[in-house]
Parts: sequence; structure tokens; C-alpha cells
Amino acid sequence: MAQLFVESEKIVRARELARSAAAGLQAFIHRHTTVSIERTVLRLLGIAGAGSRGAPLANLMVDRLREAGVLAQGAAFWLGRALRAAPGKDPLQAVERIAAHPAKLPALSPAEDAQLREEMRAEAKAAARELRARVDQRKQLKASLQVGSFPGAPWKYVIVATGNIHDDVEQARAAAQQGADVIAVIRSTAQSLLDYVPHGPTTEGFGGTYATQENFRIMREALDEESARLGRYLHLTNYSSGLCMPEIAYMAAHERLDMLLNDAMYGILFRDINMQRTFCDQYFSRRICAFAEIIINTGEDNYITTADADEAAHTVIASQLINQAFAHGAGMGDELIGFGHSFEIDPAREDTLLREFAMAMMVRELFPRSPIKYMPPTKHKEGDIFFSHAYDVISDLVAITTGQGIQLLGMMTEAMHNPFLMDRYVALKSAAYVYRGARHLGEEIRFRPDGIVARRQREIFDRALALLEEVAKDGMMAAIGKARFGDTARTPEGGKGLDGVVEKGPGYFNPFLEILEGQA
Amino acid sequence: MSGAEEKEKHLIRPYGDRKDDGVVQLSFVLPVPASEKAKEAAATVARKLGLSHVLVAAMERAGEGYSFFVVYGRTHMQLDYNSIEVPVVLHRKHGFDELNEAVRRDLGRRIVVVGACIGTDSHTTGIDAIMNMKGYAGDYGLERYPMFRAVNLGSQVEPAALVARARAEGADAVLVSKVVTQRDVHKEDARALIESAREQGILGKTLFLFGGPRVDHKTALELGFDAGFGPGTRPSDVANYIYYRILERMGKPPEPQKTAHGTPDATIPLTGEKLGETL
Repeated sequence: MAQLFVESEKIVRARELARSAAAGLQAFIHRHTTVSIERTVLRLLGIAGAGSRGAPLANLMVDRLREAGVLAQGAAFWLGRALRAAPGKDPLQAVERIAAHPAKLPALSPAEDAQLREEMRAEAKAAARELRARVDQRKQLKASLQVGSFPGAPWKYVIVATGNIHDDVEQARAAAQQGADVIAVIRSTAQSLLDYVPHGPTTEGFGGTYATQENFRIMREALDEESARLGRYLHLTNYSSGLCMPEIAYMAAHERLDMLLNDAMYGILFRDINMQRTFCDQYFSRRICAFAEIIINTGEDNYITTADADEAAHTVIASQLINQAFAHGAGMGDELIGFGHSFEIDPAREDTLLREFAMAMMVRELFPRSPIKYMPPTKHKEGDIFFSHAYDVISDLVAITTGQGIQLLGMMTEAMHNPFLMDRYVALKSAAYVYRGARHLGEEIRFRPDGIVARRQREIFDRALALLEEVAKDGMMAAIGKARFGDTARTPEGGKGLDGVVEKGPGYFNPFLEILEGQA
Repeated sequence: MSGAEEKEKHLIRPYGDRKDDGVVQLSFVLPVPASEKAKEAAATVARKLGLSHVLVAAMERAGEGYSFFVVYGRTHMQLDYNSIEVPVVLHRKHGFDELNEAVRRDLGRRIVVVGACIGTDSHTTGIDAIMNMKGYAGDYGLERYPMFRAVNLGSQVEPAALVARARAEGADAVLVSKVVTQRDVHKEDARALIESAREQGILGKTLFLFGGPRVDHKTALELGFDAGFGPGTRPSDVANYIYYRILERMGKPPEPQKTAHGTPDATIPLTGEKLGETL
């Protein structure tokens, strides 16, 4: 079992500080909505198609409402008004008509207003019931099958990224047959910066495959089939990050995805997305994940691919505690939070294995009920694939020994190209060997309470605690402004997507949020 | 032609266990289920590549319709090592403090470097490794050098915008990183950058450096850049390179410095080689 050498009072203190840092933003989050949140509401209400040039209808409608300056009421309210004004009409045209001259609309009587809201609430509830049924279907399939290679083995997570969803399916099936438990379809480069979700199946992408609802459906269908054939459940994951966090979360829930990459700060730091936007979007997307029981994977591994892994280890811990506080704030239980971290210390140094053990055990034990997501080395990977393979195998050993929940398997060709079929094969075969060979190793070994591992844990945690003290005192936004995370400074007004943040008006209406927050 | 005029040949072959045995190892996947027939197909691939003594060391079932092979064979080709030409710069590499001092002494001003990931590429790992304060592999990034002014524009910068900014900053060098190379998109963007530099009149004045995991010096030159930097490049390699090229353009290129045993004591690696290996 993993050992934790940090004093429990310090852990309690750190959790309090993280809670207070996240709570400092919660009021802001509740006061605002975003274009992506509003589009998600419309999608739940059945606005799923795309216009003639591929623009999603949800985008067209929300853009009209924002331009007309009325989005502060909530898109669901305006959809309700449009449908009342022109029953049976095309919803986009109806919305366009009222958005053209919102001031000229006759005021609704209180009774009419209440009736409109009740109608839309009923629609939303029916849609949420259907969503619930789809999630249950996913859970039933999983419950009827073997999960993972054996109890206690990390789920073997591999990536496919051909750009063509149909090729991805082929590669995913092959990986599943070789022992993969989780398939992640890497997104096309820079999709996170698109302020819409592309529509339909896609066969062209750069560095990955576009996340679209149809692509989700195609892959899930293939994995359902393969799961049944193999008798082992295959999880599917994608990326609820960037400018469309809530929409991707909704689509993923609908198409029965199991996991989503979702981080409260990743987009801000690494994609330069505006922080106000991200804080609002992460909340709504996590509300959906909580509802749909989707496991999120946080992105702390990124901190140590940018900064030095040895020096920045404390930022990983601090950020995980903050991510946990945000996730709790959005109604997520610990069992749905896959805290991310990675095996990244420069292999040229001495005793890195002990330092990796220290970190992996600490993360494991700080969040005992969570499925920890362990990432492989990437930063110091080399073109010498034979060395890289040896390096990956050591991370497999740490993963099984310390009880990590989900392990993204390292690819020996990491430094070169998207994984080839044979790269995945070699990684899966070796991981299976290491898991088997070291299955009970963790139960047999004990680290000295005064040794390198124990000292390293205390040192990292002390620094994490100091950072959290500062963050709680200055506030999250100021801390990010001072480059406290990932060596990257961002300002509240900087980055992409700020124009999509809207302060809620007095009559703001969001029936989906009411359901997610348990008020309806 | 007399023997004295002809450059002496240095014939080499791949080396496995014995000199000139020509042994190579290959691994690949064939899209067929594992079987004796598939194994023979793998051997045929190797033979068609010109190998003899083919040994299919492993055939693994990599999914139902795929087989993974590890194959050995011997090649009979040989090549004259003396006929291989690779551009190598032979200058002594300065350490951090020494380089700052040299810039101060020889240039009397800060060197301005503008960098970005161009096109749709959002993978800033490469450009960050070279430019960010933190650097890479214990080697400080350009931002840390007092005698360098490093402007990192980050990801997804349009080539024309990068060139315009370089002009505005009076950049000595433009650093471009491309990680995504699917369908050679990195080359398209690189060409667009050079074209834009030509249009905006800074080509031949500002140095253009291209970096990334699939980039080498030769490709970069072909694309119109001054240099290419592959994987393993350290910020100090780039810093030294820029310094020497500026000196060259000022018409005062330094002599390669000799060591006691008559060879330059270090080179600036251009294609990801480790120091010394190109001597």
C-alpha cells in the first residue's frame, strides 16, 4: 500500500486553504454565464443540428442573442419566447426574428412568464431523463463485464489520433484486443481554441481527430461491440477543455463516454483561454459530469512537462487540491475525480525512482477514494526508442506498485510521431507483464519513515502548503497572474473567449442548471 | 587521374556483431492475422528491401487483423563515408556567462530574438524549451540571458504576423517551432513564413531558425531558413549559433579555435547531435 509521510494537520490545513481559494471564485461563477453554457442548454433542449455552412444552430442562436444584448436572460428563455411567438416554426428563424428587435417585443404578463418557464422546465426535465437513461445504459453494460485486467490493476489507457474517425475505430479495436481498457481520441490540434463544436463525422484532422458528437457516437458503438466480444469493458474518453467545456461534457454524457479531461486551470495556463470564461465553463461542465457520472481527469501532469518536474512537484499537489475543491463545488464526488500527475523527473539524475515513488504514493494517499490518473514520461523522451521503452516500463512499475487508478501508457516513439499500432502493442504487452509480475509488490515493501522518500514527500507538501497559503490570501486570479502555476502568468482580462462571458440579468433562466444543481 | 588526387575512400556498412556484416533490425506491422503465411510475408518485405539472411525473430498477434514483426537481415550495400557531406559549424561553444560577456564585448548591445509556434500549431513545448526562463534539461532559456531580449509570441501565430512583429522589434533572429507535422503541414507554414519575410524585406537580414522534432538542418536550409534545430537542441546551442552568425554578418567571423590536439574543442550541434559527436 502507498505510504504517506505528511503530518495530517498540514493536510487538513491545505484542504481548507484550497477550499477557500475556490470558494473565492464561486460567487463570481454564479453571477455569470457564458456562450458555451447557453449553447449547452440549447443542445439539451434539442437544438442539435448545423446550418448550411456547418455552423452549429446553437452557435447561430446564441450569437444572435448576444449581439442583441439579451443573453443575460438565458437562451432557454428566448427559445421559449420564440417558440410561443411562432409555434411550429423553424427554431432558428424564430429566434432570429425576436432577436432582431427584442425591444419591440410585448412584455409578458407574470402569468405568461411563469408559464413559459414551466414549459421549458418540463422540456428540460424530459431531456434530462433521457440523458439519465443513456448514462444508466452505459453503467449497466459496464457492470455486466470485467473491468481492468484484474482488481487493483491500473486501467491501461492509450491514445488514438489518426485524424479520421474510421481509422481511429480500427486502431481502437486493435488496442482493445491487445489489452487496452481506455481509449482516448486525441483532438485535432487547436480544437480547444474553436468557440464551437464541429458537426458530424470527420475524416480530416491535424495531430488528432475533431471531437464531434457524431464521432463520439461512432467510437462508442465500436467499443460497445468490442467490449461485448472481449467480455471486458472498454472506456472511452475525450477532452472537455478549451472554449467548449460544457458542450463537450453534454455531448459526452449523451454519447455515453466514461471519462473526460477536465481541469479548472489548464485552459487558462496552457491554451491562454480567459480565466473568467474557464472558471464559469469548468463549473457547468463539472455539474454535467457529476450528473452523468463521468470521471474527470485533471491536467496537473502539464505543469511538470513545462516546468522542471523536480522543482515544480509542489504545484501539482496544490493544483490537485484546488481542482478537488472546484469539483466538490460542482457537486462531484471524489470517486469521479481522476487527479492527474506524471512520471517526469529528468532520467539523468540520481534516485529519480525514489522521488517518483514519493510523489505517486503521496498523490495516491491524499485522495484515497479517487481514481488517480498517471501520465507517462514525455518531456525527456528521446529518439532512442529502446531507451524510451525502458523508461516507460519503470513508470509502469511505479504505477502498479503505488496503486494508480488509470495509467496512460508511455509510447516509445513519444518524441517522434502519433503512436503507431506497434507502439501501442509493445506498451500494452509490457504493462501487462509489469502489472502481473509486480501485482503484490506494493503490499510487500515499506519505505523508511526517515528516508529519501519520506523527506521528499514532506518537502513537496510543505512547499505546496506555502503556495496554497499565498493563493488563499491573494485569490486565485492574482496567483495565476503571478505565474504560480505552470510558470505561466495570465490576467483576468487576457486570453481568448472573454467576450463570451455574460453577467446574468435579474430574470436569468437556465432550466438545465436548475436540474444539475438539484433545484428542479 | 592519379591516386593522389582522388580522395581516399572510406567504405562502411552497418555493423552488427562483426565488421561489415551489414546487419540491420526492422520492426513493422502487417495488416493480416498472425500465421505462417504472414511470417513469410514479413520475410518477403525484408528481402524486397534488399536484405539477405532474413530472420523473422518475432511475430506477435497485435490485434485480430494485425501482426507485429521484428526482423533481422543483412544489407550488401556499402557507402563511402568520405563522400557524405553535412554542413557543420565549427565554433567553440561559450558557456552562459562567457556568451553574455562575448555579446557585450563584440556586439555592444542585446541580441533580439522573436519566437513563435506558427500556423495552427499550439504545441509550444519546443519554443518554450528554448525561450522560457526555465530552459530545458538544465540549460537556461534565452529569457534568462541578460544580453538577449527574447520575445515569445506563443502558439498559433500567423506567419505574416510573426514577420511583422520581428520587423517591429528589430529582431536579429526569428525562431519558429513546429511540432505537428501531419501531411507536412510544418513545411507549408515554414514556406509561408519565408515568403512573408521576403515580401516584408527582412529575409537575408534577420536570421530565420526552424526547430522541431522532425526538423533537421538540411530540411531547414531547403525551406529557405538559415538553420534547423532538431530534437535535443539546447537553448545554449541556439544562443551560440545566433551570436556567431551575427558576427559573420558583421564581417568578423571568429577563427575556429584549436585545442592542444589540433581539432576544434567543440562544435555547435545543428541537427540534434550531442556535443563533440560531429568532430
